[in-house]
Amino acid sequence: MSKVLEGLLYSESHEWVKVEGDIAVVGVSDFAQKEMGNITYVDLPDVEDEVEAGEDFGALESVKAASDLISPVSGEVVEVNEALEDEPELINQDAYENWIIKVRMSDKAELDALMDAAAYKNMTE
Amino acid sequence: MEEKLLITPLYDSHVALGAKMSPFAGFMMPIQYTNITDEHNAVRHHVGMFDVSHMGEVFITGPDAEKFVNHIFTNDIRGMKDGQVLYGMMLYPDGGTVDDLLVYKEFVPDCYLLVINAANIAKDYAWMQEQAKGYAVTVDNQSDNWGQIALQGPDAEKTLVSVLGMQEAADLTFYTYRDFTVGGKRVIVSRTGYTGEDGFEIYATPEQTVLFWKQLLEAGVTPCGLGCRDTLRFEAGLPLYGDELSADISPVMAGLGMFCKMDKEEFIGKEALADQKAGNIVRKLVGIEIEDKAIPRAGYPVELEDGTEVGIVTTGYHSISLDKSICFALVDKAYAALDTPLWIHIRKKTFPGKVVKKRFYQTNYKK
Repeated sequence: MSKVLEGLLYSESHEWVKVEGDIAVVGVSDFAQKEMGNITYVDLPDVEDEVEAGEDFGALESVKAASDLISPVSGEVVEVNEALEDEPELINQDAYENWIIKVRMSDKAELDALMDAAAYKNMTE
Repeated sequence: MEEKLLITPLYDSHVALGAKMSPFAGFMMPIQYTNITDEHNAVRHHVGMFDVSHMGEVFITGPDAEKFVNHIFTNDIRGMKDGQVLYGMMLYPDGGTVDDLLVYKEFVPDCYLLVINAANIAKDYAWMQEQAKGYAVTVDNQSDNWGQIALQGPDAEKTLVSVLGMQEAADLTFYTYRDFTVGGKRVIVSRTGYTGEDGFEIYATPEQTVLFWKQLLEAGVTPCGLGCRDTLRFEAGLPLYGDELSADISPVMAGLGMFCKMDKEEFIGKEALADQKAGNIVRKLVGIEIEDKAIPRAGYPVELEDGTEVGIVTTGYHSISLDKSICFALVDKAYAALDTPLWIHIRKKTFPGKVVKKRFYQTNYKK
């Protein structure tokens, strides 16, 4: 049974968003990390990169496969979690503690398209 | 039309072990039981076992058996001793590969066992029957009547002896086999494998395969899925049909010319291979190592520094045993020399690398 955290928003492609004012903190769900298995590499964007909702901004790699990371929101990357460069397995240890990027949102209305915890739980069950 | 998936005699055991199951070559097969890395390391350092019952077994018998097998097979079976195994390919006349396979010379005259890839059983069998016209041979597809377990790793020999009691198997050298009788039925044990480690492949009836598997499991042998079978064979520089060999990829392109004996009088595809060996070839298979931890995957483009595409990745991993990002790639032959700088396009970025030997990992066979 994978964990779904209350208070976060979720995308259909299994990213989560924590809203802190204009900033969206983005990670992947516990369901996603379980599906991937041992994560061996995180392909991160650069700070100041522009990301677009529904477009890929990076990828997670396991031994077997690469899985694109899809941005749930549009905006500018203001911070990336550099700890993941050396320790990609942190995402397996705790997918919610270990965020991937922070985005300054250009259109907060995009958040309306995301699911709340109950809806996401429903989708992944 | 949706094809029904086949299962092996060990299907129930895989499910009971909680394996992640996935369709492969028409069979429902275990991809992993725990995780690929642990299973990979079990084979490199101790012993692991694979259900490879999906592989095909075809027996060729009759007065023309040697002549016929030598006609469809690239390696030269003349002079093979009883109990010897040879690796090689079957080719189309244009040099494209029908399949890569093992030929076992049986202990009775005029009889050979051909072990072929699961995905190719129907195609190979039809091909063999077609080519057999005019030869006094019988082509007998016995794939459904044989299960197979690959027991692989440095502890494989002592496991085989202590758990299955097959003392005589310890004397086998690489690419030889012998017969055992267990429960009144024939068991074939060859010192072969697809991992780069010492090990054995055990062919038995479906019922006996289930019993062997159970005994090995109880003795603590790590069950290993197809996930690590691929990482292991890749590190050892071994091709997978469909990735590094295909109807479009000849053994010469794949760097497997040593298994094609051009001094044989004839075999299907010989003229095309001779032409390719003379230099008439567009692409060659190489190994490429990149400096980054990003992972080259099948289908990613191989480029020059200016972005010109000169090839394509066929298999790639962040190697578990070597901790390097490496791949096989088919590249234009002008860029196939060792140390040639090449770039791999991974999603939005390109990563510099260079051509290295395809055998990434030092194999440990018992010669």
